[in-house]
Amino acid sequence: MLEYAISIKYMLAGYAVILVVLAVYVISLVIRWRSLEQVLHSLEGRKKKD
Amino acid sequence: MKPQPVPLKILDVISILLFLAALAMVFLYAPLELTMNYVQKIFYFHIANAWVGMLGFITAAVAGIIYLVRHDPDWDIIELAAVEISLVFFLIAILSGSIWARPSWGTYWTWEPRLTTAAILEMIYIAYLLLRQGIDDPDRRARFSAVYTLIGSISVPITFLSIRLFRTIHPVIIGANSNTSQGSFDMSPRMLVTMFFTLGTFSVIFVTLFCHRIRLGRLARLVEQRKLEELR
Repeated sequence: MLEYAISIKYMLAGYAVILVVLAVYVISLVIRWRSLEQVLHSLEGRKKKD
Repeated sequence: MKPQPVPLKILDVISILLFLAALAMVFLYAPLELTMNYVQKIFYFHIANAWVGMLGFITAAVAGIIYLVRHDPDWDIIELAAVEISLVFFLIAILSGSIWARPSWGTYWTWEPRLTTAAILEMIYIAYLLLRQGIDDPDRRARFSAVYTLIGSISVPITFLSIRLFRTIHPVIIGANSNTSQGSFDMSPRMLVTMFFTLGTFSVIFVTLFCHRIRLGRLARLVEQRKLEELR
């Protein structure tokens, strides 16, 4: 049987990796969305001026 | 671009609640496995991530086929969304499996059939993203991507079946009587309920992220169109 302390350490590491990777991906979606929206607004602003 | 639709907002909330419920089930409801104890709890999220990862790669292949039939650029966006999200989920499955392997097998990585085929599968789709970026013409890019995902999807059943076809130390959970696997463990009814709950939860999370990624793809296409209009 695996020692409790070692087992808990790896379990926490596993869940930390899962949460961090998921969080990074969700944040990347938000950042990409906002930057595309900014580009779109500036393009539309320039079109209106013209 | 239209604001986020209400059904998608509801799906966001449901996904978060299901995710929290899945965590609660893993840590409060599922019993400790006798040999591996706490580290075995990685299994529930590991298998759920692998499941949605493979589901997404197959979804991408289906979207590729539909693109080849209809030549509708929307299916290229759907295909790309499925591949990108699946890459993330499959990466989580590989990393969490690797962390689980260290105390169980004594090593983070070994070139046994399941790990090798999973690594190849991940690399096939990383190459997909890199190769897409090298093609400027949208039609050619979409056609190439559709054919690529179709051929790439062959590696999904190979990865899934690898632990059943070859001798391996990776556990076989579904149909655990396999005589080629050495690392199986018995699951109690509570473990099974937790496993199916996390599978369902991650399927919902997959659908939610998939919808968001498709919206992002459509916005990117709109920006690209506006830029082209400006150049004319």
